[in-house]
Amino acid sequence: MTSESILQLRGINKSFGAVDVLHDVDFDVVPGEVVALVGDNGAGKSTLVKCIGGIYPIDSGSYVYDGREVTVHNPRDAAALGIEIVYQDLALCDNLDIVQNMFLGRERKTGITLDEISMEKAAQETLRSLSVRTVKSVRQRVSSLSGGQRQTVAIAKAVLWNSKVVLLDEPTAALGVAQTAQVLDLVRRLADQGLGVVLISHNMNDVLQVADTIAVLYLGRMAAHVKRSEVDHTQLVELITAGRSGSIGMAPSSTGATS
Amino acid sequence: MSELTKSVPEEQGSDDMAAAASTIPMAGGIQDHFRTYMQRVRGGDMGSLPATSGLIVLVAFFWIAHPSFGSLGNLANLTQQSSTSITLAMGLVFVLLLGEIDLAAGVAAGVCGCTMARVSAGYNWPWPAAILAAVVTGVVIGVLTGLLCAKVRIPSFVVTLALFLAFQGVNLWLVNNGAGQKGNVSIQDNFINSLYNGEMATWGGWLLAAAVVAGYAAVKITGQAKRRRAGLSAEPIVIIGVKIGLLAVISIVAVYLLNENRSINKTSHVVNQGGKLVRVPGESLQGVPWVVLIIVVLLVISTFVLTRTPYGRHVYAVGGNAEAARRAGIPTDRIRLSVFVINSFLASIAGVLLASQHRSVDASQGAGLTLLLAVAAAVIGGTSLFGGKGRPMDAVIGGLVLTVIANGMSDLISGNNGSAYQYIVTGGVLLLAAAVDALSRRRAGSSGLA
Repeated sequence: MTSESILQLRGINKSFGAVDVLHDVDFDVVPGEVVALVGDNGAGKSTLVKCIGGIYPIDSGSYVYDGREVTVHNPRDAAALGIEIVYQDLALCDNLDIVQNMFLGRERKTGITLDEISMEKAAQETLRSLSVRTVKSVRQRVSSLSGGQRQTVAIAKAVLWNSKVVLLDEPTAALGVAQTAQVLDLVRRLADQGLGVVLISHNMNDVLQVADTIAVLYLGRMAAHVKRSEVDHTQLVELITAGRSGSIGMAPSSTGATS
Repeated sequence: MSELTKSVPEEQGSDDMAAAASTIPMAGGIQDHFRTYMQRVRGGDMGSLPATSGLIVLVAFFWIAHPSFGSLGNLANLTQQSSTSITLAMGLVFVLLLGEIDLAAGVAAGVCGCTMARVSAGYNWPWPAAILAAVVTGVVIGVLTGLLCAKVRIPSFVVTLALFLAFQGVNLWLVNNGAGQKGNVSIQDNFINSLYNGEMATWGGWLLAAAVVAGYAAVKITGQAKRRRAGLSAEPIVIIGVKIGLLAVISIVAVYLLNENRSINKTSHVVNQGGKLVRVPGESLQGVPWVVLIIVVLLVISTFVLTRTPYGRHVYAVGGNAEAARRAGIPTDRIRLSVFVINSFLASIAGVLLASQHRSVDASQGAGLTLLLAVAAAVIGGTSLFGGKGRPMDAVIGGLVLTVIANGMSDLISGNNGSAYQYIVTGGVLLLAAAVDALSRRRAGSSGLA
């Protein structure tokens, strides 16, 4: 997972005042794979995602995208590179419909007016390409959608923009069993379409079900980045809570130093 | 992983939904259309339905209770009297869409009107320069308000409350300083005075009606044809026909009535002039008031901006979920600033009309109830106080409702009690409208529609 990575972070540091949140973090995203980013509360998952998405600037470290070292100052830079974040709180406007939300901030125009027809067709096609069949009409207001449907719309938005890397922040946190299955299914399909997918989740079942590799953050450090096949549920929980599990994870001294 | 990609258990359950999904976008029968509409209404998305039906009921009530309410002269009065609060309310719709408020819009209109009166009557500027001065004043006020709200981030309620007080002082200063009359500045310019009080030639009214109906029909029909060609669900042609027909009937009847001679002395009559009886010819007072043209133009432009341009889309987005809009890369600060500028621009037009109405300005220009009635008009029309929902048309309907109440009540109850009841009823109607807004939001929350 070095040469073929689309996104490569090396030695990322980030602190807020006196608080070190990320410490020498390395992270890779590979096209066509789902990498799960796990860790306990406060391990730095959200901060890492926000650094990738350009919401927080990184203090030091290298950010290599598609083989080029880049600097991401704001969410627009990240979006321009093809990095899309689907937030936990979804960031959809309830008073707008699905098409309007999917194209929000990047509307297609003819002259000075909105090109509704081409946007509506593109939105329909995207949902079709993801085999989304639970949405009745793309002109439905988002407020009329269920949690799973909203998540679907938010994810489809990322696909619509031909993103290469999609970061999903707790996409199944608020969903029921059937809807979770739907969303995980969609996550898998995203990777199958060749996107690099980062899945942040607290739910070990989701992670073990859908991820190809698993990155574990422990107190701001990358404790381990392992293949799905190399770990089981128990080891994963150990990695999250203690930073190490048997031979995997951080050396005992470094875990001791941080606590 | 393959068992995941294949299917999930409840897929079977959603198959019928999928089948429905493939048919709905293509069909678009009248029944479907009607059913969707009813669903939306029941879900709490009533738009201007309550206000429109309220308007019809009120007109019918006052007409029956007091037949002179429906006289030709009063019809013209209604259109003129509603024009100032409609213009002001149209600007407020933009601000309300973001969930903000501008308490100073009324006195800002007053400042613009006083500026115009001072330069026109005091310094003898020609009318284009005087009106331009009013508009520039409005835009400057808007930029000031917008900067304080969007950049300094003071809540708009506080900013505009402060400006509401300050602008009353500015008004007082404007009417008492500079060249020309002090205290009460009367406007001599015929053009400015006829903006509110004047009428179009009869052919002008017909031309306006024809332009409105033809324009509406063209937009509706070409839009529908385009969607149909693209294979998207389109409004049924019958519904479009009914809408165009309805608009045509309303326009034709209104123009016809306003083009009738509404003068009280329209037939020739005999008067006593210096002890001699003289037959004087009948007077003529007919035509669609100019304010109707002004309102139509403002309505068309603001509706176009809000519904057909990316800017308008962003206004709704910021009003619906500012954080989502920010993450989508929309410059929320600039949008916030811009709505205050648009609002004050429209307030300056309202100020010009207010000054024109009285053919003069004084220190209380735009103070008192002017603003509150305009906010009430927008809310009664269906614009939400919570942001994200509203249309310029709401201002027109709401403004008409309030004017009909004020006008009808003063006809109905003569004497001092007239305005007492009028205030009470107006307040009651506003409460009713706000209740409809709040309840429909709650309803929307529970039914998943908004």
